[in-house]
Amino acid sequence: MSIENTEFRPKIVAFCCNWCSYAGADLAGSSRLVYPADVKIIRVPCSCRVNPMFILRAFEKGADGVIMCGCHPGDCHYSTGNYYARRRMTLLFSMLDFIGVENGRTRVEWVSAAEGVKFSQTMNEFAEKIHSLGKNVRLEDLRCRKN
Amino acid sequence: MKTARDNAEKIKEISGANPQKCMKCGKCSATCPAFNEMDIKPHQFVSYVAEENIDALMQSETLWKCLSCFACVERCPRDVKPGKLIDAARQMVVRQRGADYLKAEEIPELLDPELPQQLLVSAFRRYKR
Amino acid sequence: MQRIGVFVCHCGSNIAATVDVKKVVEMAKLEPGVVHAEDYQYMCSEAGQAKIDAAIKEKGLTGMVVCSCSPRMHETTFRKAAERAGLNPYMVEIANIREHCSWIHKDMEEATKKAVILMRAAVAKVNLNAPLQPGESRVTKRALVIGGGIAGIQTAIDIADAGYEVDIVEKEPSIGGRMSQIDKTFPTLDCSACILTPKMVEASAHEKITLYTYSEVEKVSGFVGDFTVDIRKKARSVDMDKCTGCGVCQEKCPSKKTPSEFNRGLSNRSAIYTPFAQAIPNVPVIDREHCIKFKTGKCGVCSKVCQAGAIDYDQKDEIITQKYGAIVVATGFDMIKLDKYDEYAYNQSPDVITSLELERIMNAAGPTKGHLERMSDHKAPKKMVFVQCVGSRCSDERGKSYCSKICCMYTAKHAMLIRDKYPDVDVTVFYIDVRTPGKNFDEFYRRAVEEYGVHYIKGQVGKVVPQENGQLLVQASDLLDNKQILMEADMVVLAAAIEPNPDVRKIATMLTASIDTNNFLTEAHAKLRPVESPTAGIFLSGVCQGPKDIPETVSQAGAAAVKAIGLLAKDKLMTNPCTAKPDELLCNGCSTCANVCPYGAISYIDKEVNDHGIREVRRIAQVNSALCQGCGACTVACPSGSMDLQGFSNRQILAEVDAICR
Repeated sequence: MSIENTEFRPKIVAFCCNWCSYAGADLAGSSRLVYPADVKIIRVPCSCRVNPMFILRAFEKGADGVIMCGCHPGDCHYSTGNYYARRRMTLLFSMLDFIGVENGRTRVEWVSAAEGVKFSQTMNEFAEKIHSLGKNVRLEDLRCRKN
Repeated sequence: MKTARDNAEKIKEISGANPQKCMKCGKCSATCPAFNEMDIKPHQFVSYVAEENIDALMQSETLWKCLSCFACVERCPRDVKPGKLIDAARQMVVRQRGADYLKAEEIPELLDPELPQQLLVSAFRRYKR
Repeated sequence: MQRIGVFVCHCGSNIAATVDVKKVVEMAKLEPGVVHAEDYQYMCSEAGQAKIDAAIKEKGLTGMVVCSCSPRMHETTFRKAAERAGLNPYMVEIANIREHCSWIHKDMEEATKKAVILMRAAVAKVNLNAPLQPGESRVTKRALVIGGGIAGIQTAIDIADAGYEVDIVEKEPSIGGRMSQIDKTFPTLDCSACILTPKMVEASAHEKITLYTYSEVEKVSGFVGDFTVDIRKKARSVDMDKCTGCGVCQEKCPSKKTPSEFNRGLSNRSAIYTPFAQAIPNVPVIDREHCIKFKTGKCGVCSKVCQAGAIDYDQKDEIITQKYGAIVVATGFDMIKLDKYDEYAYNQSPDVITSLELERIMNAAGPTKGHLERMSDHKAPKKMVFVQCVGSRCSDERGKSYCSKICCMYTAKHAMLIRDKYPDVDVTVFYIDVRTPGKNFDEFYRRAVEEYGVHYIKGQVGKVVPQENGQLLVQASDLLDNKQILMEADMVVLAAAIEPNPDVRKIATMLTASIDTNNFLTEAHAKLRPVESPTAGIFLSGVCQGPKDIPETVSQAGAAAVKAIGLLAKDKLMTNPCTAKPDELLCNGCSTCANVCPYGAISYIDKEVNDHGIREVRRIAQVNSALCQGCGACTVACPSGSMDLQGFSNRQILAEVDAICR
């Protein structure tokens, strides 16, 4: 169970809406489309359920990247949820940028239930990006770090 | 020594085309104005690259008969770009002859009535700045 | 503290091949709150569920985690199992270690590590779960069918036969759809109108079916069992009760220059018209854009000749508001536009036509009364070329990436019919692949080749050039002979790709039904729930879900009807208990949440609260749990942190985040 500490394995949290992106992730799975195991998915009913606080908390607890996926604009199961999410994330990301967290550590992507390929591509790209950015040290609360 | 695979990869890299996308409909050959002059027809050319049978391509007449009109590229329903694959194979032949670059002094020698002018233009554009 | 059970499924080798399930069980035992952990071959099987049952009863579990496939697959199964054992079903969480783990990772160590983390996140969440009770909502025993083609008609008849009221909304003046435009049907070659017209009559005569033709859905609100729909009945300018359908108005109408939509623009119609002779209802509409009376104010011929006095120039659009329990989408398809396919000269020559135009030409009621002739000079063709896959299986932006499915068969049908009726006409079909999966389909295609002498050539047509002599020069390749073909033809027929009705995106948005990148409506599950939309109460019938032929459409229409009937047969529905809930003490009554709620589920009341001993009346938010669908928009908008979503609470999601980042 011990993965050697020499290689940097980023912690990536993905918030996926239940109706499109989570189903897209399922499709990526049933199509056996590989993406890094560093990505862990949290299911939320809608992208508008993602409170900016969740993202900050993830960084505080040592996540290296956070990605949020929702239905394509106009296709939200709840009609307007992803519009709210889009605005909130725009604000949050500009704030994160302001306090020195690289823009690449956060991302919003629209993935429909039919886009398994897009889901895995996005995750591969994102994981690669986080890999190149290295460990997140700006927001991590060292008190939260184990050992 | 370069293997057939290296050459096939090189062709794909230069052309930016993916022969694996081909669904073998033959629209490229149907649309080609130089079809009757060619020994390896455009649709065959695509599968030759996919099969990594590059030596045959580099010796084929097709390279010098293709007009680079790109009708096949324009009309291909699968975005395979056969014309660009031919273009790329042609580049490789020219490059091998002139080591890396096409040299200006070679031009008179290459000025063969069978050689499309566009080849020289495109070769210059890419390899002699 | 919860008493949590963790159940790890092998899913045969689907999970166990890449995830060390024993290790996951071992690690689960170390998690706080976990009092029981075990693994089993197939957790969803009866034996697996029995294990869950036993563990809940013996260990007195208050919550459970199943590490298995996607919750979209078996969440309901395990929730029901928990409920049978006496555990609140909302105390169950699924850790998706199949789709999100074992199927996408190859390295056992890595996959096991991830599975453990996913398990931990689920356990952390369950620790904070609270039992939830679903509410009840009533079911309006009436169904709406959007689209009056064969799919909509069949669905409506099936639902109505089960005893429920059905309304069909059709945007055209008559029901019938694409099938009414088709001449003959494959593989039996029976006439389309002969089998469709009785169905149309049955639908219109059915006492439980109401037709709203020349009407469109304007607005949809509500949710499964209780939709409220506004239908715009466009002004027909003809009184439907008075009109006798005699047709004199159409005969006498002086404006006869409008291209007929029904005949695909191959003939003209009058400004007051019924699309075709067997139209249902047989009541014309006035096309106000082309009517002289509406354009200049001077005419009124139809009004003068109408013995019944049915013409009403002052008629206005009417909005009908109706409640429905279920909605079936049957919006059908159209042919793609061929503007971008210059190489086939569709816009340059009237003798290059689409297959649907050929259907009209072959039809006895069509523009040529069923005589096969060129549209340019009305001469009989001697040589015809059919081009397959025009815009289908096309990865660029000009066409569609999918196979349109019906073209191979209808082209074989056209070729066969032409050879049968006009044996002197030479027919050549250029194909890429001939796809004939279906009962008696391949035999049908072989008959075209073997008995009717249709030439099939493997290779696509590169270009079609209109010649000065009126012929069309077709340049194509023959891949089997490895040669290029140049042939002259009198007519070229293009098997254009089909695409979902362009209006479907608008309708899907109103229904909040998901739609894919090709504008086909998405099913709830590609294999197991093919006629249901992921949005509860919305069902899919016909080509709006994906390309299909008539028999398939009819069977799917029946399936959609059964699903709708299953819903309408219920008196009450359980509502989703994962709804928003405000903390009364934190709410400051600012109305932010009400502004973002897409369902109008939030209202405000003045209520006396006891805030740490201080009793006072405050304005606080109140959520109508029957309306709330649980999206959570309000929870994030709430500035005081009062609003939370049950089942996906802030604390639960943060616990998951923490567990993942641990």
